[in-house]
Amino acid sequence: MTKDDPGRMRTALTRRDRGELLKDAGRLLPAPARRRFLRGGVTLGGLAALTGCNVTDTQTAEALLMAVSRLNDRVQAWLFDPHRLAPTYPESMITRPFPFNAYYGIEKVPSVDASSFRLRVGGRVRERRSWTLGELAVLPQQEQVTRHICVEGWSAIGKWGGVPFRHFLNLVGADLSAKYVGFKCADDYYESIDMPTALHAQTLLALTYDGRTLPPMYGFPMKLRMPTKLGYKNPKHIVEVFVTNDYPGGYWEDQGYNWFGGS
Amino acid sequence: MTAPRPLEERGAVQPVWVRVTHWLNALGAILMVMSGWRIYNASPIFPFRFPDGITLGGWLAGALQWHFAVMWLLGINGLVYLLLNLLTGRARRRFWPLSPRQFAADFGAALRGHLSHDDAARYNAVQKAAYVGAVLLLVLMVLSGLVLWKSVQFPWLRALLGGYEGARRVHFLAMCGLVFFFLVHVTMVARVPRTLRTMVVGR
Repeated sequence: MTKDDPGRMRTALTRRDRGELLKDAGRLLPAPARRRFLRGGVTLGGLAALTGCNVTDTQTAEALLMAVSRLNDRVQAWLFDPHRLAPTYPESMITRPFPFNAYYGIEKVPSVDASSFRLRVGGRVRERRSWTLGELAVLPQQEQVTRHICVEGWSAIGKWGGVPFRHFLNLVGADLSAKYVGFKCADDYYESIDMPTALHAQTLLALTYDGRTLPPMYGFPMKLRMPTKLGYKNPKHIVEVFVTNDYPGGYWEDQGYNWFGGS
Repeated sequence: MTAPRPLEERGAVQPVWVRVTHWLNALGAILMVMSGWRIYNASPIFPFRFPDGITLGGWLAGALQWHFAVMWLLGINGLVYLLLNLLTGRARRRFWPLSPRQFAADFGAALRGHLSHDDAARYNAVQKAAYVGAVLLLVLMVLSGLVLWKSVQFPWLRALLGGYEGARRVHFLAMCGLVFFFLVHVTMVARVPRTLRTMVVGR
């Protein structure tokens, strides 16, 4: 991985991400065992040797870590300045090819039929209705070249275009005092974000990537692009948006990843 | 009636607050490094990984939970340590003066095996530099960690550390420096076991 060979680096990156994600996905155990994901790590990490803890202690430690993660959600919401913008970059800095990333391999990317597609909008909104892609395409659009930061640590710069989500939420008469905006996706992914981030000036309901219709590998027909959030918070293949006060969780969050997950 | 004398003169080489913050910091730093290695493994910057057996967390999400929980211990304990050092004047008494010339002389003596640790209440120049260096490395780890965690919220700090990707490398290199300090520190304590006693019971 050298600076003078960026092409090779990106290929390696993509391959590695896929491998790592598949490995993570492979580690997903049946639901009851999944909740105890830390046990193996504690033993492996040698913490048992440090503290002499047993299984009960381990479960206590897990509950404690989860509680701190919830506390961190609140701290992060408090730190979040809604007017602070993520840095933007010149187009020359776009990472090519932009890495594909999902909880499955690229061959499993869902195919969505554009003509029959309808985006459902529900929950605490004035207008509960469905939207065609044509209707979304004629709304005001915005473009951004921003850095996508993965929870694994790597980052890549890309260019997304679409409807400012704040505008869309206003258009459908969303209850802007509600706590969460939730998303359901064509690939069975699900996600939710805090309202201040939903209303952030750089949060886009992205319909294009690099000037072209959003390709399937990057989330056709639309993805929520938030440069203030980590990659896993940016749902792709969105089929439903809902506004709610009941915590909807998220695909990775329900397995232990931090819910706020962003800057 | 005599005026109260500084703790050191009454026999406590390491006052209780130094001992408590030292060991809490040791625990915090070890847990941060071990969970950090697991996080690094998810997307290595350099062509190597840390063996899973010496990492903490079991998988990325677990390691992140440890990292972002223990950060409170490390950060708050570190602030208490720094504040008390300044308020009690200990920083000045124990780490000042620190001259390059004295460091060079003591470092040379250390290499020849002639460096004296006879007076546990006084640090030699190599010790001073090592302990101040470890504190600075920890400060750098916290600052670069803040950029990685909250890159949008700390734009000036992000710029100072070379952007998000720069901060990743600073975070990693500072960790390397800290691990190096740890290895030398533990080796030296093994050679001069009296210092372990002062850090446990104070004298």
